[in-house]
This record gives sequence, structure tokens and C-alpha cells, in this order.
Amino acid sequence: MASGELTSSAYISHHLTNLTFGNHPVNGWSFAHGGQEAAEMGFWAIHVDTMLWSVGLGLFFIWLFRKVAVTATSGVPGNLQNFVETIIEFVDDNVSSIFHHKNSLIAPLSLTIFVWVFLMNTMDLVPVDWLPYAFQQMGVEYMKVVPTTDINATLGMAFAIFGLIVYYSIKMKGLGGFLGELAFQPLGKWLLPFNLFLEIVGLLAKPVSLALRLFGNMYAGEMIFILIALLPFWAQWLLSVPWAIFHILVITLQAFIFMVLTIVYLAMAHEEH
Amino acid sequence: MNINLTIIGQIIAFAFFVVFCMKYVWPPITGALAERKKKIAEGLDAADRAQRDLELAQEKAMSDMRQSKEEAAAIIEQANKRASQIVDEAKEKAREEADRLVTAAQAEIEQEANRAKEALRAQVAALAVAGAEKILEASVDESAHAQLVEKLAAEL
Repeated sequence: MASGELTSSAYISHHLTNLTFGNHPVNGWSFAHGGQEAAEMGFWAIHVDTMLWSVGLGLFFIWLFRKVAVTATSGVPGNLQNFVETIIEFVDDNVSSIFHHKNSLIAPLSLTIFVWVFLMNTMDLVPVDWLPYAFQQMGVEYMKVVPTTDINATLGMAFAIFGLIVYYSIKMKGLGGFLGELAFQPLGKWLLPFNLFLEIVGLLAKPVSLALRLFGNMYAGEMIFILIALLPFWAQWLLSVPWAIFHILVITLQAFIFMVLTIVYLAMAHEEH
Repeated sequence: MNINLTIIGQIIAFAFFVVFCMKYVWPPITGALAERKKKIAEGLDAADRAQRDLELAQEKAMSDMRQSKEEAAAIIEQANKRASQIVDEAKEKAREEADRLVTAAQAEIEQEANRAKEALRAQVAALAVAGAEKILEASVDESAHAQLVEKLAAEL
């Protein structure tokens, strides 16, 4: 949407601004007009576009997989069932090679993460202007369509996983065992404060790195698509096509990494170390 | 780049999708996969069993055939033996019959000869008497010479 009136920086910042609905100190509950207003809303605001696309894609995921689950047959599978089974077996293989405890949550959790994150990342491949422009025609000012380029989305998932890490650590080792692990490792009880500091940093680094890795990769990828979109229209495909092809790898890889690290962290939570 | 309520919304959405997936998506599909695995294993088992059955049946057919061949050979041999026995018996019987016939014929011949001799003897006696009458031309006392004629006839 690089029209004449827009400067490059305005175009970029427009593309990087979420559609925010929140409690503005002056305007009250309303949609924010620009990043400045959104920032002024503080914590009590919600990114409507992020929620819309992530929930929509999540619903698409469970609709598709539920459809297969309902008609799942142990006989000859159809095309869709075959496709879904391939994904499920891929996830199941990864889970069973990393996670060796009995837990009925980990595998479906991993499947959800893999498919959902993949679908959210895939929104990156939709040409950057299509959806924002379409929504603009409908009177919606901002529309950021890739939920994983919103740090709230990735942090939300990462914190949920962090909660599971703490829950399973306490469940498997007891509260004492969990705190003991934090306090008496790696250097023995005489260096307890140092151990505590090290272990707590290590523990918190798990969700933060999980969230920031996905966010950073997708944000950077999106940024490059936006920058390519600033080029003259006849030159864009020269860069955007190779970058999109490369990005297919990135979005799959990031979804896979998010899933595998979740499994690894939860496996660590189950094990004494 | 604001941290805001979206994070909570995202956690709720995530939890919902995970729970839904855990309850309604994962179990039926992995169940179908496990069931198919079982079916395939059973199919392979059945194929193995069928192969083994086939081998057994072939073996049994071979041994049955061998046995029946042996039986047939034994029956043929027995039949041959019996046939030659029957032939032998028939020969024996024929020989006996022939002997018997020969004996009977001989006896008859002897009887016949005896009868002829007897008749001849009677005729000789009469001839002798007639001849003597001719020779003597005279009447000879039959009773006086009967003893002599009898003696002569007995010597014949």
C-alpha cells in the first residue's frame, strides 16, 4: 500500500501496529488510533487482530482434525485422514523419542503447538498488503495478520508452557524436590544463594527464550516482506518470491522447534537431574 | 510492542485448543492407528498360518498319495497271486478230473472186456460142443463130457 501520501516509515509502522481495543485514559474503551494511543492504554488493552487470527486458525485446526477424528477408520484411510495421520505420527515419533514418561497431555499438546504455530506462521506467506488493505476498505484501520509476530501471542503460549513445567516439576518431585533442585544445584548447599540465582534464571529463560525465538524469527521475516513491499511493484517479486520460498522453511522449522523444546522442557520437568 | 491483555487471551485460547485436542482429536485418531497396526499384524499372522497350513496340506497329500500307491501295488500283487493260485487250482482240478475220467474209462473197458470174454467163453463152449458133435457125428453124452468142455472153456 505504498501510495503517494505515505512515507516509508509511516507505511512500515502502519504494518507493525496491531488493532488494539482498550481503556484509553482520555478516550475510554475504544480502538486505538495509532501506536501512541495503544501504548497509553497500558495493560488493559487487547490486540483484536492477533486474537481474531490466532483463534480463527486454532478453530480451523481443531475443526479439520476433529473432522478426521470423527470419521477415523482403521481400514483404508482417505486422503485427508492420511495427511492428518502423517502429522500425528510425526509428532508422536518426536514425543516418544524425547519424552519417556506416561503422560496423556504431552502428545496432544505438541500436536496443537506444531499445527497451530505452523498455521499462524503461514499467514506470513500471504502478501503483506492483501489483508490489511482489504480490512482498510472495510474501515478497519490496522490489521496485523500474523499472530506470531505479536510478542503477546508467543509469550502467552510460552507462559502456559512455563506453568506446565512448574506444575509437573512439583507433581513429579514434590514441592521439596522442586525447590531443592533450585537451591542445591549445581554447586552444593554451601553456595545456596548462587545456586538459587542460577537456577531461577535458567528456569525463567525457558519460556522467555521460547517466546522470543519464535517472535524474533517471525517478526524479522515479516519485516523483510514489508521492506520488499516498499520496492517498485515490478521489482518486488524478484525478492519476495525467493524470500517466501525460504520462509516456508523458516515457518515450518520454527513451529517444529517450538514443539520440540516444549517436549524437552516438560521431559526435564519429569526427570530428576 | 505492548504487553497487554492479549497475553491472557492467548493463554486461554491455547488452553482451550490443547484440551479439545487432548479430549476429542488425539484419542480417536491414535486409536484408529493402533487398531490398524493390530489388524495388519493379524493379517500377517494369518498369512503365515495359511502358508504353514498349505505346506502341511501338501505334505499330507504327498504322503497320502505315496500310501495309496503302496496300497494299490499291494492289491495288484495280491490279485496276481490269487489269479495264479486260481489257475493252479483249475489245473489241479482238471488233472484230477482227467485222471478220474481215465480211470473210469479203463474200468469200463475192463468190464467190457470181461463181458466179451464171458460171452466168448459161452460161445466157445457152444462151438466146441457143436464141433465135437460134428466130429463125432454121433451123439455124445453131453453130460459125460460137460466136465471136460467146462475145463476147456475155463482155460480160454
